[in-house]
Amino acid sequence: MTTVSTSTSKAAADQAGGSLRFYGVWLIGIAVLIVLPLVFSSGGSLTSFSLIGIAIVFALSYNILLGQTGLLSFGHAVHYGLGGFAACHMMNAVVSHGWPIPLPFIPLFGGLGGLVFAIIIGWVMTKRAGTVFAMISLGIGELVASSSLILRSVFGGEAGITTDRTALPKMLGWSFGPQLQVYYLIAFWLVLSAIAMYALTRTPLGRISNAVRDNPERVQFIGYDPHVVRYLAFCFAGFFAGVAGSLAAINFEIANSAYLGAIQSGLVLFATFIGGTAYFFGPILGAILVTYLQLGLTNVTSVWQLYFGIIFIGIVMFAPGGIAGLVMMHRPLVRAGTLWTVIPSYLVAIVPTVALACGVILTIEIIARYSGGDAINLFGIAFNPASRVTWIAAAVLLVGGFLVARLTWRRIADAWDRAATVARDRGYLA
Amino acid sequence: MLELIVISTLNGVLFGMLLFLLSSGLTVIFSMMGVLNFAHASFYMLGAFFGFQLTKWIGFWPALVLAPLLVGAIGMAVERYGLRNTHKHGHVAELLLTFGLAFAIEEIVSMIWGKSPVDYRVPTLLDFPAFTVFSTNYPAYKIFMLVVSVVIFIALLLVLKRTRVGLIVQAALTHPHMVGHLGHNVGRVFMVVFGVGSALAGLAGVIAGPALVTQSDMAAALGPILFVVIVFGGLGSLPGAFVASLVIGLVQTFAVALNGSLASAFGPLDPSAGPSVLTDIWNVTIAQVAPIVPYLLLVVILIVRPMGLMGTRES
Repeated sequence: MTTVSTSTSKAAADQAGGSLRFYGVWLIGIAVLIVLPLVFSSGGSLTSFSLIGIAIVFALSYNILLGQTGLLSFGHAVHYGLGGFAACHMMNAVVSHGWPIPLPFIPLFGGLGGLVFAIIIGWVMTKRAGTVFAMISLGIGELVASSSLILRSVFGGEAGITTDRTALPKMLGWSFGPQLQVYYLIAFWLVLSAIAMYALTRTPLGRISNAVRDNPERVQFIGYDPHVVRYLAFCFAGFFAGVAGSLAAINFEIANSAYLGAIQSGLVLFATFIGGTAYFFGPILGAILVTYLQLGLTNVTSVWQLYFGIIFIGIVMFAPGGIAGLVMMHRPLVRAGTLWTVIPSYLVAIVPTVALACGVILTIEIIARYSGGDAINLFGIAFNPASRVTWIAAAVLLVGGFLVARLTWRRIADAWDRAATVARDRGYLA
Repeated sequence: MLELIVISTLNGVLFGMLLFLLSSGLTVIFSMMGVLNFAHASFYMLGAFFGFQLTKWIGFWPALVLAPLLVGAIGMAVERYGLRNTHKHGHVAELLLTFGLAFAIEEIVSMIWGKSPVDYRVPTLLDFPAFTVFSTNYPAYKIFMLVVSVVIFIALLLVLKRTRVGLIVQAALTHPHMVGHLGHNVGRVFMVVFGVGSALAGLAGVIAGPALVTQSDMAAALGPILFVVIVFGGLGSLPGAFVASLVIGLVQTFAVALNGSLASAFGPLDPSAGPSVLTDIWNVTIAQVAPIVPYLLLVVILIVRPMGLMGTRES
């Protein structure tokens, strides 16, 4: 009797501790969003934070498809772009008709823009999952992107549709002219959408989406139609992508056909997958990293997209769980207290792996700048791309780094296996 | 009008055969390995650029043989060291790997050869008009392209239907495990098929390069159409891919050649109504719509017949 009561009270305490931790994480996130612009208040960092916020909403919406429902879409930017256009048209309509709708409500209409298109096209698209869905989403993406150049009165042709966010009615005395106010608007919608999307994963619909992802046939046996589930998930993803697109439209005060294009669709796929699709916070990490790299690398190298491609290929081949998956792999080890057995082999692997990475970077930059580029600046050391010495250095780093790194990676795998076995014996690995 | 029909039919069949050179490899790879190779159009682009570079160094005819071999070797390496290792993570991971590859190949090509079109010319031996239809000179090089694609088509058909290798490939399409149990090295079959498919794409690139534009965005422009072709024809169906290639090739060629619009057919709209979606649609010419025609066909086929023209399986 006493054991039962203690175990229930322990479970209740566990639950209370869990929910405390759960709300703590969210509150810390909100606090960080509020404090960030006060710490880094320069114009450049405010712009970066705004872009990262938009990218997070977009990547989270994409993960409703890829991570939750297992639908790989190559045309998710369609909803983002249509949301952006809907927001621009709505803002212009509010100004010209004098409607009393302030700016913070505009993303709702942008979301509706993305949602309406998802409702119309989604039923046909989600008939099939897997590879066929991927191909169809690619085709629909191309269709919308090409059509946007034909339907000039709606999409404004090459130039796009411009708008003025400060012309809308003020709210609480905010005109949303300064970037700081736009940042807080984006942060507000980021928190709202993130909570909504997290809640969605906890609903029966979110759960059955996971089931459809894992085994559609069994879902049919228990009486659900996978097609309907995929369709609903697609509509939700379209809505939140529209919200992200309208935030972008508010931020840049323009929507053009680039919003809808294949590049935008590719970027959100990169961000989500690099971050990791299996955990809710994965796309957040990915969006932060990809946007940060995008903003940072463009100043440093002309072939930054190639680095994206290489990082992406590396993640797909060696860490399909993404960054979040890599981080969460260590959880059972931390709990079982066996993490320390792995760390030495990590430390050993750092040097050759960094050498290999430097070799790859040097090789790429030599090729990119061979015909009349400026010197390569790698960690403060200048390399002349036309000199033999640089070539030899690159070759040595590349080949030598690879050979040594491969040995150390095997060491990591061995150490990892040992640590995981111990953790499993202690009952910490699923 | 008759002239337009004859010339467009010729060009359409030519474009269709070129599409089939690409879609046949893609289809066989897909049905055998379940992998939709996103980088297939990138192999086509690599073929064009290798063809250009080798033509500059050693002439067109050696390049015609060497460039596809090089591309085939790259394809085999991709299968051996990339796809085979990714296979355990499932088809989505494999598709994503080829997506990343397509992205990286485009960047590498534009890094080496630049973003503007390269000067890849028709070889002088074939640089003459083959015949004159009405008043149009039809270039001999296009006839050469047509002949090469038809020869490859027949050769492929013969190899698949009449040889022992073709028999194993066909068997591995449907029953890979059984073929493995019978003592064939399925892994090697996959690698070779992947290599041959890539080489065919490379060959299409070498012969299409001089006639079309050789540029670093040519893969991104052709890739989506290629996927439309194989979804339209029915995933995994070689005859379907053939029919769909010809249909898409002809439709697109005719659409580009036609200059009519609703406005020219029924007269202009009342200008007092002002610009709207209706006026956009009313005034757009068929030639302007040409790029989206394949995608419209895709939507139509998905509604009418979701498994594609000749597809048999659901996924």
